[in-house]
Amino acid sequence: MSDQEKEPLFSAKNIKLLTAPLDKNNPITIQVLGICSALAVTVKLKPALVMALSVTIVVAVSNVVIAALRSYIPDRIRIIVQLVVIATLVILVDQILKAYAFDVSKQLSVFVGLIITNCILMGRLEAFAMANKPWPSFLDGLGNGAGYGLILVIVAFIRELLGSGTILGYPVMEKIGIYSIGYENNGMMILPPMALIVVGLIIWVQRSRDKSLIEK
Amino acid sequence: MKHFSNRYIFIFSAIMVVIVAALLSLAATLLQPAQERNLEIEKKKSMLESIRIPATRENTVELYSKYIKESFVLNSKGEVVEGTDPFTVVLRGEQKKPLEQQALPVFRAVNDEGEPLIILPVEGKGLWGPINGYVSLRKDMNTIYGVTFDHKGETPGLGAEINTTPFESMFHDKKLYDDQEFVSIKVLKGGADPNDIHGVDAISGGTITSKGLEKMLFDCIVKYDDYLLKNRN
Repeated sequence: MSDQEKEPLFSAKNIKLLTAPLDKNNPITIQVLGICSALAVTVKLKPALVMALSVTIVVAVSNVVIAALRSYIPDRIRIIVQLVVIATLVILVDQILKAYAFDVSKQLSVFVGLIITNCILMGRLEAFAMANKPWPSFLDGLGNGAGYGLILVIVAFIRELLGSGTILGYPVMEKIGIYSIGYENNGMMILPPMALIVVGLIIWVQRSRDKSLIEK
Repeated sequence: MKHFSNRYIFIFSAIMVVIVAALLSLAATLLQPAQERNLEIEKKKSMLESIRIPATRENTVELYSKYIKESFVLNSKGEVVEGTDPFTVVLRGEQKKPLEQQALPVFRAVNDEGEPLIILPVEGKGLWGPINGYVSLRKDMNTIYGVTFDHKGETPGLGAEINTTPFESMFHDKKLYDDQEFVSIKVLKGGADPNDIHGVDAISGGTITSKGLEKMLFDCIVKYDDYLLKNRN
């Protein structure tokens, strides 16, 4: 116990908790969790950013709460306890968005509630927070939230640029004058199947760059 | 793994529930004023959009007092009923009452060209939940000037398309009446003839939402029948 306490806050091991989910252990492209919301909120960049931020906060904080309570949580009701913690945090996020970011909360509508069922949350609580101390759990939560957010932002960037010709609502395509030479927005990019295809392309690029990720 | 007694589990769950309940009710109480203000702005913004005035959250209140001149509540015979604030009428609640007791809000506005308009709220059912909106009519009480729709949880990209400009703009200049007879607007699957003064295109993949919207328009506006016929000019 005392050995572990002397471990610096940002030891190599802890840094790895934070960075691995961005690449080699990405929740979407490697663990294939949270795909549902990744398809739904990536039509525009803004809801994707807010969703990424909300999920990151919820997963990091719930990881800390569960990690802090882990030796007091009776094993037999641990899933219920995890769900209560997640649901409480999600409702808080939802209420705060409704009060201070109404437009965003309208756009996200049902998806905020669906954070509760986002597999990343339960996955991290069960796999990591139940067996680790609060600080590493916090980093693990941040890392996984950021890894999820990274893919969301990449997908949303591509879909908004090609589908609507804007970035964060700014009409990029119009400004560079591409419409006058016959370019048109690709309506397909707005539909959910294209999100799946874009995620597929990201998985392909990632695995061709890092052969160790390819399953035998 | 440590073993926990049943007693411990019960106490643990009880404490957890009490803490969570306290936390959530505290948050709900603290955030309520800000949330209610947002809903009010949202309502005013939708009304402005139905008379084709684009508003942002910042200038909504100002524009609302500039364009919306008057508001009152009617009964089903088209007579003005005193003592009810039309802005706070909850249509869903009214629709559960018998027709004679329903309060029907009307908002009067004047656009930039000086033309008097009336705004009627509508509310109905989509596929997954309630849909609502505002319909504004020109002074002939027959021609639609503009509409705005919104929904709680229709499918993004399908039913949720009802609150997009391409869908809403199809309603411009459509007619509610065939002479004296109320026919409302038909939302037609497979596309409406552009010359059809009572028809607009339905949404591909959003049939139930489209049908719900058609029913909403008919059911809500037909109640104003007497008032609309009386005030034609």
